[in-house]
Order: sequence, then structure tokens, then C-alpha cells
Amino acid sequence: MQLTNRKVVVSNKEQSFAERIYLPAIAKGMMITVSHLFKKSPTINYPEQKRPIAPVYRGQHVLKRDENGAERCTSCGMCAVACPAEAITMTSGERKKGEEHLYREEKYAATYEIDMLRCIFCGLCEEACPKEAIFLTDRIVDAGFERKDFVFGKDKLVEKIDQRIDVTKRQTAEVLAFKKIQGLKHNELFDAKKLNKGHH
Amino acid sequence: MTAFIIYKAIMCAAVFLLSLGVAAYATLWERKFAAFLQDRKGPSRAGPGGIFQPLADGVKMFMKEEIIPNVSNRSLFIIGPCLFMVTAVMTSVVIPWAKPMMVGGHMYDLQITDINIGTIYLLGVVSIGVYGIMIGGWASNNKFALLGAVRASSQMISYEIAMGIALIALIISSGGSLSLKDIIEGQDKGFANIVWQPLGFLIFFICALAETNRAPFDLPECETELVGGYHTEYSSMKLGLFLFAEYINMFISSAIMAGFYFGGYNFPFSSELYASLGLQEGDWLISLIGFGAYFTKIVLFICLFMWVRWTLPRFRYDQLMNLGWKTLLPLSLFNLALTVVVEYFRGNIHF
Repeated sequence: MQLTNRKVVVSNKEQSFAERIYLPAIAKGMMITVSHLFKKSPTINYPEQKRPIAPVYRGQHVLKRDENGAERCTSCGMCAVACPAEAITMTSGERKKGEEHLYREEKYAATYEIDMLRCIFCGLCEEACPKEAIFLTDRIVDAGFERKDFVFGKDKLVEKIDQRIDVTKRQTAEVLAFKKIQGLKHNELFDAKKLNKGHH
Repeated sequence: MTAFIIYKAIMCAAVFLLSLGVAAYATLWERKFAAFLQDRKGPSRAGPGGIFQPLADGVKMFMKEEIIPNVSNRSLFIIGPCLFMVTAVMTSVVIPWAKPMMVGGHMYDLQITDINIGTIYLLGVVSIGVYGIMIGGWASNNKFALLGAVRASSQMISYEIAMGIALIALIISSGGSLSLKDIIEGQDKGFANIVWQPLGFLIFFICALAETNRAPFDLPECETELVGGYHTEYSSMKLGLFLFAEYINMFISSAIMAGFYFGGYNFPFSSELYASLGLQEGDWLISLIGFGAYFTKIVLFICLFMWVRWTLPRFRYDQLMNLGWKTLLPLSLFNLALTVVVEYFRGNIHF
């Protein structure tokens, strides 16, 4: 049975004079190398030039704030459960009076840590999140010298109010529709606007 | 007398700086050239296009920790790289760099000294060079270093014979003088020696690759078998001297090949060019143009060295010995016999 057409019959015929003195073969080899002298190098000069990345590139995470600037995360722990690398840990806190502008709902993440050395950037946390709070972005996690520097807390993960991070590319219509049909109706129950309406 | 000493001192300093400068930038160009052949960019961070890379390498070498093994022979360990470097620089003494220049009514040769046995001096100094490697490898008290050193010396001995015989043939066909100046001047009128000695040049080139321990003959320092070869135990600038001397050797052997076989500072229609420019003998412009021509040839040869290095794999040791003793030696003897016959019919030899 023939699987491929790469079969070569080995021949042990004696080398000809041209083969024995090597020089023609050497000249041939040198022509090959010199031909590469005129080829374009595929190198990308990294810090100056960057390789284009996909719009849905999965890089460093961001914890989103809502339109009023309050943190969306309610410390439900869905992301930590979904995380196959067990990179996410968090502790919950209860929102006090007067902190409504800081936290969207009564429960919030007092601490939220992602170990970037454990993280495999699979994006399952983003998929699991019922609050649209965590997203992966196109930012690359910076290099560091110590392991502890790679445990990112809320200081690095939560987006700054004046430096919002655009995740609309990841919130495509399909993604939003997906989140709607997954039995996540309880989202609407805790929707801030509706809550406010109820109070009135 | 004072003028003479000053002239010699200037020449020495100039040639010394030239060899060091060319060697330094050869290290950069080697890496660049290798990168170009392999579709890469090469060093490009230190200055525009990596122009300060040799400087950075030098600083790095000096800053590194200097280790002298306890079990080594301390004095020989230090002498090794020094000797290798000294012999590498010494070979440049007999090379004429350009036509004589007229300064203040005196004609000055642009050559440190014109020994009438220049060719023999070259062979002699080159063969001393292997002592640096041998001493360094031996004093390291390390089996890999010793093996590298033994390989280096046996390789040198094997290839020097073919090289010497190729040179004898060259000297016969170029008129019988051993002085480099005479050999190069002899190519001013008529053809360069390569026309009469193509086979001799090929032998000489292969031997030069072997003598400078360049690929495909870099067995003395082959990493895959011998860790680092003869410089396994060396660190810091002593290692730097070994590596740097290799590039000086490459520069000098390129200069020798360009001088012996390709007319050195002469080039086709050079006298017509000088006449059309209205230059007198001894004019500094003649020296400059001649030096430029010589330097271009040297650079091309250095590129050839590198081109070979980044193309060919390393020989196996038995192949190296077979090539040296069973191919190049008979071939060089054949070339010698052929040269004698040809020169007899050209009328350069009389019995």
C-alpha cells in the first residue's frame, strides 16, 4: 500500500568526480545562501512595530464600570468557578449607604485578584459573567521580575473612570444575544433603572 | 633619524588601529551578514543599524568576571591569549597598503617594513599563532580545552604545508621575490597573479580558512563536541582577545590574499586613470585611491569568508585530515609542477 508519494529508492552508486571534489555542491549551496541576501526579512521590530492582532484578542482583563461609573462586579464568583486555571480569587463586601455611586449593586467585590501567571487567557470568565463586568482586552500583560507582581488586584483590573476601556468589539450583537438566552433574566431584575422605578 | 622614527611610529599606530577597527566592525558585519543570509535583521539596537554594537560588546567583555581556574597554570593561562593576539597583529607588519607617498620631498612607503623575506616571515608568524591556542588550551587544565588545542595545532600543521607549497608556486610565477611589495608591484603591469595561479589561489583560500579557524574548519572551537574548544575556561577580555584575534587573522589573511592574488592596491587601468587625473608619482591621491582599491578587495574577501561560514557545515575531523593530506597536499604539488612547466614556457625560469 502506498500512503504518500515521498518514497525515494536509496541508491548507493559511486560518487562522480564532481561530487567527490565537493566544489560544485559548495557553489550550489553558496548560491542558495546568497539568494537570501536579497530576500525581505520577515522580522517585525517589536517595540516600534507591532504585529496586528485580532479584534477579539484575549489579553489582560478589565473590570468594567457602568455608565454612571459604578463597578459592575457583584462578586458572584461565576468567573472563579468557570476559570479552568483557578486564577481568580475574590472576597465580597456589602455596599454601605452613600456608596451607590461606587458599586452598582448591594454586594460588590472587596478584593478581586487574577494571577496572570496562572491565567490561560481562555476567556471563560468573560463568558460566565452575568453582569458584563469582566472582559478580556487587547492589552498585553507586562513582563515583570517577581511572581507577586503578576497577581493583579483591583487597582490594576478595574478601569479608571477617566480612562474607559472600549470592549464594544467583544460585545457583539451575537454575544449580547447569547447572554440573553442563557436564562440570565435575573439580570434585568437587578437592573438599576428598574430598581429605581420600583422605589418611586 | 627623528623623522624616520616618527614615520615608523605613525605607520605602526595606523596599521594597528586599522586592524583593530576592521576587526571590531567585522564582528558586527559578521552578525549582520549572517542575519541577512538567514532572512533576519541582525543587531540593530545599539545606535543606528547597530553601529555601536562592537563598543557594547567590548564593554560587556571588560565588565565580565575574570575567572582563572585554580588548577590552571596561571602564567601560561595569561600568556596564551596575549600570544595569539600579538601574532595576529604582527602579521600586518609586512603588508604594503598603498603606493609610496611623497611627503616633504621624501618618498615614504606605506608599509611598516619591507622585509625581503616577507612571505617567509608571514608563514613563520602565522605558525607561531597556534602556540597561543596550544598554550591557552594546555594551561586551562581542561580536557575539552586540550582537545581543542590539539585539534588546532594538528590542523595548522596539516594546512600550512599545502599553503606553503601554494605560495612557492605563486612566488615562482610572480618573478621570484619573497617581498610582498615586489609581489604586489609586479601585478601593476600585466595581469594579477590569479590569472596564472587559479588553482594555487583555491588551495591558498581553503588553507586560509583552516588557518584562521573559520568555518567549515572551526573544529578547535566546535561547541557541539568540545563545549567551547580551546577557550572553554576563558572568560572576560581574555576570551575577548581570542575571539577578536580571529577577526584580525581574518582581516590579515584577506589582505594577504588580495595582495598575493588580486594585485593589492593595483587595479585594471590604474596607471591610465592616474595619468588622466594628471597625478604624479608620489601624489597622495594615488595612495588614497590605491588604498581604497585594496581595502575594497579586503572587504570583499572578508565577506567571502563570512559567506562560506554561514553556508557550509563543519567538517568531521577525519574529513578535515583527508582533505588536508590526501587532497590539498597532492593538489598543491601538482600546482607547483604545473607552474614550473608553464613558467618555463613563459620564459621566466631558466635552467
